[in-house]
Amino acid sequence: MDEIIEIMTREELIIPENRIYGKPTLMNDTPMHYCPGCSHGVVHKLVAEIIEEMGMEEDTIAICPVGCAVFAYRYLDVDWIEASHGRAPACASSIKRLWPKKLVFTYQGDGDMACIGTAESIHAMNRGENIAMIFINNAIYGMTGGQMAPTTLMGMKTATSPYGRQADLHGYPLHITDLATNLEGTCYVTRQAVNTVANIRKAKKAIRQAFENSLNQKGCSLVEIVSTCASGWKKTPEQANQWMVDNMFPYYPLGDLKNTVTD
Amino acid sequence: MDNEQKDIVLLKGNEVVAKAAVRYGYDGFFGYPITPQSEVLETLAVDKPWETTGMVVLQAESEVSSINMLYGAGCTGKLVFTSSSSPGIALMQEGISYMAACELPGVIVSVGRGGPGLGTIQPGQADYFQSVYGGGNGDYRTIVLAPNSVQEMSDCMGKAAELTFKWRMPVIILSDGVLGQMMEKVELPAPRPRRTDEEISQQCPWATNGIGLKKRQYNIMSSLEFDPATMEERNRKMAAKYHQVEAEEVDYELYKVDDDTEFLIVAYGISSRVSMKAVDILREAGVKVGMLRPKTLWPFPNKIISQLSERIKSILCVEQCEGQMINDVRLATEGQTKVFHSGRSGGMISSPMEVIEDFQKMAREEMSKNWPKGYWMK
Repeated sequence: MDEIIEIMTREELIIPENRIYGKPTLMNDTPMHYCPGCSHGVVHKLVAEIIEEMGMEEDTIAICPVGCAVFAYRYLDVDWIEASHGRAPACASSIKRLWPKKLVFTYQGDGDMACIGTAESIHAMNRGENIAMIFINNAIYGMTGGQMAPTTLMGMKTATSPYGRQADLHGYPLHITDLATNLEGTCYVTRQAVNTVANIRKAKKAIRQAFENSLNQKGCSLVEIVSTCASGWKKTPEQANQWMVDNMFPYYPLGDLKNTVTD
Repeated sequence: MDNEQKDIVLLKGNEVVAKAAVRYGYDGFFGYPITPQSEVLETLAVDKPWETTGMVVLQAESEVSSINMLYGAGCTGKLVFTSSSSPGIALMQEGISYMAACELPGVIVSVGRGGPGLGTIQPGQADYFQSVYGGGNGDYRTIVLAPNSVQEMSDCMGKAAELTFKWRMPVIILSDGVLGQMMEKVELPAPRPRRTDEEISQQCPWATNGIGLKKRQYNIMSSLEFDPATMEERNRKMAAKYHQVEAEEVDYELYKVDDDTEFLIVAYGISSRVSMKAVDILREAGVKVGMLRPKTLWPFPNKIISQLSERIKSILCVEQCEGQMINDVRLATEGQTKVFHSGRSGGMISSPMEVIEDFQKMAREEMSKNWPKGYWMK
């Protein structure tokens, strides 16, 4: 290490030929409000990279939810619409039909997509709207302070299930992604994570395919990202990643659930 | 048959809304079936405007979804509308608040029925509060147009399209089940092309449609503010706009109101049609009565009502509910004149004779005070 520093100055290191990684140009310098260890930042970066790589800056209409990603519009330099809680798929449906050549995607959390907006999500998917839906599933309501989500695991403690989620009191976690596979309007349904470099690369590929499906009018794509919420889970970022691997992945296994485009 | 002849048709109010929208160059319709307005969506489904003008037509899964489809479309600068009836409009209130908050264009056709709750499917005017004061949260207003004929159902679609972009605020066309269901002769507007993407980007530089992004700051459409002072600033900006709308867009019709008019009936929508007949009968009997019909319920014709109140003996507010617009009429009189209610509710509609009976009661009260004996008929 010391040797390299002696040979190359910082200025020399960051010349284009030497650069192996850079911040996507669509990502601005606004400080993010996300907690340390949260998956949102990584997914935001992937979305920015993909739009840039596809050259879709002037043809993207992004729709963010109510929840932690409510401020997604602050960080990516594309045109954003902030939908009311759960209604992003309805907004996206009309927009894509009115602007069929645009890349239209929603970015939603579990409460937004699988609880208050279940009707809008299911029906947008079932109509086969040519939109991409990015679904951040961290099994908790992060923004409001760690309450039970539709995807909260059985036995999991939250602010509104302080003794753990119980079937008789709270019902069961909603497997909306699995439900989506049974809908004729979906063309691509996949579950990913961004906890390791390998998974980040797979997730990027999945989001890219969802975006291409939107552009090529193949139907509705749903990309679930099983995510961490270190603050909501009351864990350190490192513990949260491990907890996700140990508890979330067995319940929400990663991989493609449906792909009628490339299959 | 030449074009001019073709444009005059005999249609239901609801059908006319659909046909006028296509001709006025609307970009889309998003709605959900509900009696008594389902003919709007049915007519569009039969006419298939997506094959002619390219207008998008979509049956949503609910009114909640319909209004959010409107919200999304409005964000991108498109001219779109939805239609529904009382319980459906109730479901849309959140979305209307969001549209007002983001200062978005969008037209909502409300074909009122009897309420509250599921109520009846017969015509009603019990949604004055809902439309004029709004059921959504926060400091906002919506322009409310009140047609009283099938012709005006058509005309309002054009006027709403203009106003909603001029002021960047949702426009509600508040009609009722009678206007939606009855057939009248109507002259449809001359077809007007939909705006091109270029025209939209010129007219709506604020729109979130990506156009020209590389040459501008990216657009955000959001009603969220964390800083209350910023929210207050937004509210005050909107309030200033609303005051301007109040100054510029008030519209009303005076029917048989002259310098000698002693009594005034105030009525909108179907009640104004009933009241016109009542005025005709009373005039024939020698009673000096006229009618004021607000064509915009917000902004409300306060000034003219205040002016007339200076010399009018009393006012009868006719509406098919237990009394909603009467509050605004009373405020407009500034206490100069007494205002009385007349109307049926729950889906019942007054007959002209019922209006006349209420008028007589009102007039007798006046007469007992200061009228010469024998002035008034029995």
